Amino acid sequence: MAENKKFWTSFEQFGNTPVAQKMANKEFAEEIPSEEFLGDAEKLENTSTSRRDFLKFLGFSTAAATVAACESPVVESIPYIVKPEEVIPGMPNYYATSYFDGNDFASVLVKVREGRPIKIEPNKEAHFNGDTNARIQASVLSLYDSARLKEPMMDGAETDWNTAIDSLKKELDKAENNGKAIALLTNTIISPSTRSILNKLQAKYTQFKHITYDAFSVSNKLDYYEKATGVRGIPHYRLDKSRLIVSFGADFLNGWTGQNIEADYAKSRKPGPNMSRHIQIETNMSLTGSNADKRYKVKPSEMGTALAYLFNKVSNTGVTLPVAAMRDDLKKAMDATAAELLEGKNKGNSVVFVGGNDAHLENIAFAINFALGNISNTVAVGDTVFMRQGSDTEVHNLLTSMNAGNVGVLMMHGVNPSYTMGAKMKFDEAMAKVPVTVAFSEKLDETASQCKMSLPIHNFLESWGDALPKVGVYALTQPVIKPLFNTRQPQEVYLALAGEDTNYYNFLRAFYDRKTAEVGVSHAWNKVLHDGTLEIPLTAEDLWEKEVILVNSHESETFVYDLLNSATALKSEAKGGKFELAIYQKAGIGTGTLANNPHLQEFPDPISRVSWDNYLTMSAADALSMDLINKAQSNGAVNGSIVNVTVDGVTLENVPVFIQPGQTQGTVGLAAGYGRKGAGKAGDGVGVNAYTLMSDFSRTYQDIKIEKTDGEHEFAMSQLGHTMMGRKIVNATTLDTYLNASSSEEWNETPMFHTHKGHLESNEVSLWEEHDHETGHMWNMSIDLNSCTGCGACVVACHVENNVPIVGKEEIRNHRDMHWLRIDRYYTSDMTEEYAEENSIGAIDKFAAMETPASSPEVYFQPVMCQHCNHAPCETVCPVAATTHSAEGLNHMTYNRCIGTRYCANNCPYKVRRFNWFNYNGNDDFADVNPAQDDYGRMVLNPDVTVRSRGVMEKCSLCVQRIQYGKLEAKKEGRAVVEGEINTACAQACPTGSYTFGDVNNKNSAVLKAKQDKRAYHLLEEVGTQPSVFYQTKIKNA
Amino acid sequence: MHYESSIREPLILGDKSYHDITVDVAKPIETKANKSWWLLFSIALIMFLWGIGTILYTIGTGIGTWGLNKTVNWAWDITNFVWWVGIGHAGTLISAILLLFRQKWRMSINRSAEAMTIFSVIQAALFPGIHMGRIWMGYFVFPIPNQFGSLWVNFNSPLLWDVFAISTYFSVSLVFWYVGLVPDFAMIRDRAINPVQKHIYKILSFGWGGKAKHWQRFEELSLVLAGLATPLVLSVHTIVSFDFATSVIPGWHTTIFPPYFVAGAVFSGFAMVQTLLLVVRKVYKMEDYITIQHVEMMNIIIMVTGSIVGVAYITELFIAWYSGVEYEQYAFLNRATGPYWWAYWSMMTCNVFSPQFMWFKKLRTSLIFTFVISIVVNIGMWFERFVIIVTSLHRDYLPSSWSMFSPSFVDVGIYLGTIGFFFVLFLLYSRTFPVIAQAELKTILKSSGENYKKLHENGEH
Repeated sequence: MAENKKFWTSFEQFGNTPVAQKMANKEFAEEIPSEEFLGDAEKLENTSTSRRDFLKFLGFSTAAATVAACESPVVESIPYIVKPEEVIPGMPNYYATSYFDGNDFASVLVKVREGRPIKIEPNKEAHFNGDTNARIQASVLSLYDSARLKEPMMDGAETDWNTAIDSLKKELDKAENNGKAIALLTNTIISPSTRSILNKLQAKYTQFKHITYDAFSVSNKLDYYEKATGVRGIPHYRLDKSRLIVSFGADFLNGWTGQNIEADYAKSRKPGPNMSRHIQIETNMSLTGSNADKRYKVKPSEMGTALAYLFNKVSNTGVTLPVAAMRDDLKKAMDATAAELLEGKNKGNSVVFVGGNDAHLENIAFAINFALGNISNTVAVGDTVFMRQGSDTEVHNLLTSMNAGNVGVLMMHGVNPSYTMGAKMKFDEAMAKVPVTVAFSEKLDETASQCKMSLPIHNFLESWGDALPKVGVYALTQPVIKPLFNTRQPQEVYLALAGEDTNYYNFLRAFYDRKTAEVGVSHAWNKVLHDGTLEIPLTAEDLWEKEVILVNSHESETFVYDLLNSATALKSEAKGGKFELAIYQKAGIGTGTLANNPHLQEFPDPISRVSWDNYLTMSAADALSMDLINKAQSNGAVNGSIVNVTVDGVTLENVPVFIQPGQTQGTVGLAAGYGRKGAGKAGDGVGVNAYTLMSDFSRTYQDIKIEKTDGEHEFAMSQLGHTMMGRKIVNATTLDTYLNASSSEEWNETPMFHTHKGHLESNEVSLWEEHDHETGHMWNMSIDLNSCTGCGACVVACHVENNVPIVGKEEIRNHRDMHWLRIDRYYTSDMTEEYAEENSIGAIDKFAAMETPASSPEVYFQPVMCQHCNHAPCETVCPVAATTHSAEGLNHMTYNRCIGTRYCANNCPYKVRRFNWFNYNGNDDFADVNPAQDDYGRMVLNPDVTVRSRGVMEKCSLCVQRIQYGKLEAKKEGRAVVEGEINTACAQACPTGSYTFGDVNNKNSAVLKAKQDKRAYHLLEEVGTQPSVFYQTKIKNA
Repeated sequence: MHYESSIREPLILGDKSYHDITVDVAKPIETKANKSWWLLFSIALIMFLWGIGTILYTIGTGIGTWGLNKTVNWAWDITNFVWWVGIGHAGTLISAILLLFRQKWRMSINRSAEAMTIFSVIQAALFPGIHMGRIWMGYFVFPIPNQFGSLWVNFNSPLLWDVFAISTYFSVSLVFWYVGLVPDFAMIRDRAINPVQKHIYKILSFGWGGKAKHWQRFEELSLVLAGLATPLVLSVHTIVSFDFATSVIPGWHTTIFPPYFVAGAVFSGFAMVQTLLLVVRKVYKMEDYITIQHVEMMNIIIMVTGSIVGVAYITELFIAWYSGVEYEQYAFLNRATGPYWWAYWSMMTCNVFSPQFMWFKKLRTSLIFTFVISIVVNIGMWFERFVIIVTSLHRDYLPSSWSMFSPSFVDVGIYLGTIGFFFVLFLLYSRTFPVIAQAELKTILKSSGENYKKLHENGEH
């Protein structure tokens, strides 16, 4: 029926009219005028559009349509299905957490962008160690290290966690039943909850034993303090209360015993009548020694003698210690030091440190502090620091029982003994005798690669945890990112092994609740998590869950006995020899855990300015006598001789020699942390392993042998000129002059120009029109050279913040480092303008001699970044105006516009501009060193800062992205920018507060106050560049 | 008829007629190249190709392939640039300034000197391009209207002035040279037998017919162009010197640079003319046109400009001392006694001491000696630019940033490549272009030709 149905569309059709019939036969309602233009042949021939043209148009339209249809490569970005409330793309989140790797501890804030931690920042509100050093600043990159162990390994093959834990449990049961020891070797554990878990493990397995091992052990000191005070810990040294700091080889500005006391040190060294004085007696030129007002050189074998001699001078106990024969100059030095220690104003306000791992030295130093009344004041004995817990005796016993075959299971966590133990300790041989070895490790490192089981662990940024770095301070660690790989926290495994049916987070919560309830502190967990630390009246006794007695007083009887014993022991131990060795930690690499962190490898050592290397530091006189040289090549790169070093029969071959001004003659220094295998492609094979030479847990060795071998070593040294050549670069004066001079012009002279208008300052003599600096903001920065210790936290912070490319050893060697911020290190020379004048030495000889640093030089540090000149030489010479001046006193760099003529870099008097010589983010030559070429490493890049391409110039922007962020935040809230709200990465990272950044148009700003300070001066003011960055004169308390 | 004093040496030797000149000049174009030409050309071509390879490597990989560093950001690149620009100057000086001063002796050397100018400016112009980190963005240096917003070039920058100076110089020199070539091309055209060759020269000669009107226009245009080119002789190197003089780097920031650079440029340019023409006159047997007198004249210019340069060097030292600026004093002390002392003393020896031999007539008329000195001078002038650029940069204000420079194989390759390129062009030129401005030269045959002078003296005319 349906098919028969007809639909009509008009009445005409319905009625079937003729019109409708006619229409039905025609396709088009109207006549198509084809005749009109096709029929007229003449018209057709006259038309300008030929058939050819038609085909051309057709072809073009087809091609255009095809091209238009093409899409550029699609990069998929996946939006959140359910967006977490706190994550706003483009806005950072900050989380408080704690960093501890057995060497450094810090309370930090982690900056997280779109769920990725990209920067570690200091937690200035933390109760202890809220500052960061270079290592902690760099540590964020280690999270994204593609060399991390990604899956659990058993017998060299990948496995899963359950299998691994089950078989480990079986092995533990087997050992327990067979009466074989179950040993857990860890670095210092300051986590009370972890200790609590280990106690549970102990309760389950009677054979379980926990042994603590520190690569840089202070075990003998700890034993000493345990005996003297009952608490196994190092006193907290209160440098903020100290008027006189005397350090015997303690590198206390480089994270020594985990205490970050740089801030206190800087506080005590504010120029003024109460400025502290710092005397350093040391072997190597350390970071601490380079900051001293007075530095004396001493061999390790002389240390005991010097200390005992000093004791005899300052003690009033009537006890005289036996003292070996001493060099006259050392004796004089100790006499002078003693006199200063005994001065009334220093009484009870001085502090005497010793470095190393020697109970006898510690004993005498403690006695000196005791005699001077420093104990409980500057040497806060009750305020114990727990960041070193290693016990040499226990490690030694473990090795013995391993060798005897008495250890059934050896678990290791946070340690790498195959690497950090000396060749003589034969750890690998002992480990081979243990049937089951387990390494909890982030890497398949020297030790883990030899273990039966290698279990990957979280990075600290993926972990939960707590810490008790010091009496009364409790800190939490929280994860800020989901684990990148199939890793677990060791604590989880311990809980499983102990048979606890809980995860570590729940355990930690319960532990926290229980402990805070016990002492009656009611702090919400979330609040502590937010703050990072908590001050608690908990003592170690409460938290460690073991009996301790606090003893603050010294029994004078045993005291005298011990001292005599110590002095005698020290005297007999001093055998000297032609060379003595002192192993030290560098400010960058530390113990070597972070050796695969390219930020730290690239970071030039503050003293030697050498990157990507360790070397034997040697005095110029010794080098000359052994015919060892450091020589600059035609391109400015430095080569050095190579030697073999033998300590107690162990030889380390092919060690490069670096001539170090300030090195004690007859001694050499060698940094640990290098010569890694299995750290990753950036860290492996860099330098030599100094730990090999350690025949016990000491770090100084006497009577070592050094033999010259053939060949030359290529250093990557970024500074070639070491002295100031008589120029006013670091302006320095003495405290005496500073306090008593009638005018600051006497010690901080303003360069004046003789003109027809009279004597004018450099900013009054100019060809250029002035920029308007009154309207809006005017960003300035002050750098206090007095408090800068040269530690380099700022250098690494700048690198991380600004995605500064890492270029590797060869390019650093070629003087093509990319550091936007560098810390220049200058030595003084024996040749001075005055000396040359007095002795009528000609200019040629004078300048030639000035280039050589003195053998005992003073050291000056000067951070230099773009000075943001208001009359910038770089801006005028750029042909394309790629570098321009901002209305806010900044010198901008427009990467898109830069064509790379490098004229700006040539014309920069400060040489702060850095050129992208290669495509560091794509060139295969940099794949091993540049994390930006790695899928994981790329995740750490700051999304607010452009990654620069090849052929453009770059330089410090005074963290313009932070300025912009701060301004926008203020604008959103409809208010003015508040003082202190905006800070650069370097200023923020500085532990001593040497940088002051701010707006000088804000009349209440700290930077304006700093600008008006009489210590303020511009670097190279006479060039007339009018920088926005200025420096504060260094004051030496000499 | 213009007669020349009999005490003046003849400028064209031998018994020459107009036709003889035509034949002599056209000969290299009309005959086949000999073995030594092919040998030289092959060497030059290989160097040129090697240069292209190293340039492509630089552009493909980065300026990091050179020996530069964070302190010394310019070295061989700009040294070569200034050196080549300087060499160019003699051509313009000879053709423009000597034309205005009616120095007839220029006629037999100006063509080749100008060719040298063009070819060396081509070499020079390469360097500002390839020394850029991003050469593909090089067009940013031209004030081109754009859609980037109010983005314009920086008129304060001496590098921008260079862009204008070099491009103006190149275009004016090229036009001047070409205008001079027109009647000579016409001569070749008229003699050509091979139809292809004839056709090419027909195009090149712009339909020159040798009419009186043509000659009149030719003379007028030459004079106008000479007037235009004359200030360029002074301005180009002045502006090049501004790259350094307007900076703040001790050793660069020197007001003496403009005259000192111009004198140095003329000095090196004449030395290069000597090097080239001593070979050309020998190979193409043009001793009758490029006479010992020409060589001697040029040697005198070399001696004078060399002495000016020497005075400039000493003035720099004096001013450094007199200024009392410690950075300036050290910069010059470091030049003479620092790690690059050898470069400084090579410069001094080659540029200041060696031209002083030209005081002796015997030496300045010796072809071998002239040839040696001409090469020594150009080595010295290369060192002068190297000394100015590298020794000033490598130790400037802050000793912490002091460094050294050592060239990489790419630096050397590019330099040799430009020398190769220069000689490829010059050798091709010498076989296809009339190397002597014969039309002009013919105008002085009757006044300064040896035979005509003799006839005139003997009253036989």
